[in-house]
Amino acid sequence: MIRIAIFGFGAVGQGVAEILMQRERIERWIGRYEVVAVADSRGSLCSEDGISLKEAIEVKKRGSLPEGKSVMEIIESMDFDVAIEATPTNIETGEPGLSHIRACLNKGSHVITSNKGPLVVAYKELAELAKKKNVKLAFEATVGGAMPLIKLAKRDLAGNEIISIKGILNGTCNYILSRMEQERLSYQQILAEAKELKIVEANASYDVEGIDSAAKLVILANAVMEMDATFNDVEIVGITSITPEAFEIAMEKGYTIRLIAEASRDGLRVSPRLLPLHHPLAVRGTLNAVLIQTDLAREVFVIGRGAGKIETASAIISDLVDIYGNDRTN
Amino acid sequence: MAIVSIVVELKDQPGQLLRVLEPISRLGGNILSIVHQRDKKTPLGRIPVEISLQIDEKKVEDLIKIIKSETIVRSYNEVRLIATTSIMLVGHIIHTDLGDTINSIDRTGFAEVVDMHISMPKLNEPSTAMVTISATGKEKLKEAIELLRDVCRRKGILMIEPLNEEPV
Ligand SMILES: NC(=O)c1ccc[n+]([C@@H]2O[C@H](COP(=O)([O-])OP(=O)(O)OC[C@H]3O[C@@H](n4cnc5c(N)ncnc54)[C@H](OP(=O)(O)O)[C@@H]3O)[C@@H](O)[C@H]2O)c1
Repeated sequence: MIRIAIFGFGAVGQGVAEILMQRERIERWIGRYEVVAVADSRGSLCSEDGISLKEAIEVKKRGSLPEGKSVMEIIESMDFDVAIEATPTNIETGEPGLSHIRACLNKGSHVITSNKGPLVVAYKELAELAKKKNVKLAFEATVGGAMPLIKLAKRDLAGNEIISIKGILNGTCNYILSRMEQERLSYQQILAEAKELKIVEANASYDVEGIDSAAKLVILANAVMEMDATFNDVEIVGITSITPEAFEIAMEKGYTIRLIAEASRDGLRVSPRLLPLHHPLAVRGTLNAVLIQTDLAREVFVIGRGAGKIETASAIISDLVDIYGNDRTN
Repeated sequence: MAIVSIVVELKDQPGQLLRVLEPISRLGGNILSIVHQRDKKTPLGRIPVEISLQIDEKKVEDLIKIIKSETIVRSYNEVRLIATTSIMLVGHIIHTDLGDTINSIDRTGFAEVVDMHISMPKLNEPSTAMVTISATGKEKLKEAIELLRDVCRRKGILMIEPLNEEPV
């Protein structure tokens, strides 16, 4: 019996809960499991015997989870085997996720997270702690949403040296740029449109200034390229000053423009770049796309959905199966 | 403009170099570098000197003819610009002295701006330009881009570089 705790019950936390409610689907992969705790910023639902996820989602729909144990109190007082950490990202302090993850690893629980903050701030510390405690720290969901990337690079490309990783790691920027490419409207006009469609949050700067992409790049650099990188190592240029004419002139030469995060031995960069129109990375809409260059396999492309409630939950579930699963294909 | 590299043999006496440099400047050439290869002195005591210069390609032949009449030309060859890339600049390109921005590349001697396309939608609004830069080699092109990046950073111009896939 696997005992699961879910910390953070917003889009991603609830997405995970919705998938875990499909018992038949999941038990085929990992066997029997129960969710013993879910917590949001205000409260929690806990039971050693397993809570009803259906009830948790219904209660949450009406506002907050009932007053109860905080995440730290749950970690201190309850037994669980794996924690799913999906609280908001803070790339400066890593909190509250950093404290949650540290405490879980310390008590010997596996951690699966979609939260970039703790990894950007303290990847090395957390990875070493997990190793020392002989538990897993899994974070497929932090970069590229549903797109397989971390396990792909670490496992499926095992034996290769990864020479560079280049790609589109922020769907919001990609939406704006690909719309500018098609409509030749100004950045401001497309931004307004994206806000209306709720593709962009009210505070867009985290996305459009390249900060989100840079955070993901740091995770990739540390986790799959074995760099010892911090957020300040990334040279960051956002997309806010790109003109509609830029697309016009670029198109005349057969190019388009995308915000590309790039990690190589030359360093870490997030900046708008010219791409040939037919380039596999020149995807449209909110898609993410990554090109991994290795010495043996050479070029590997991944394209997929970089965000979304169920898409991100899919990556978390894949980590869960990775920790506990029996590979059905064997 | 062509970039030419000439190796002449000069007597180890004062005033020799001037005999070569004078015709270069007379024909509007621009000296990029002069290297005395003192360690390669000829049996007759002459010193090979390698001169790199930039000059109108139509004048190259004349120049060589003149220099040959002055001294021994051991070899000369036009350095071809073999690596090319297009880079986009967005911002107040004109107000921040476009000429100076381009000169920072042309001055290097190993790279130059060979093509440019500017779009200026309105006065006082950011303009957009696509410049094509050629250089004498891949490494030199990288160096030129680095230079341009510094200039753009200083002037607050957004530089959009191509995503190059280096062959692995
Ligand atoms: N959404 C995506 O597509 C996506 C994709 C990839 C990665 N991520 C990452 O996944 C994480 C969750 O994203 P999300 O979209 O689900 O965010 P969200 O909807 O804002 O949910 C965050 C949840 O964390 C809870 N929370 C905040 N502080 C807490 C605390 N101290 N203790 C316990 N719970 C706390 C919030 O509680 P309240 O409900 O009480 O506010 C909320 O339930 C973020 O780090 C995000 O960057 C999201």
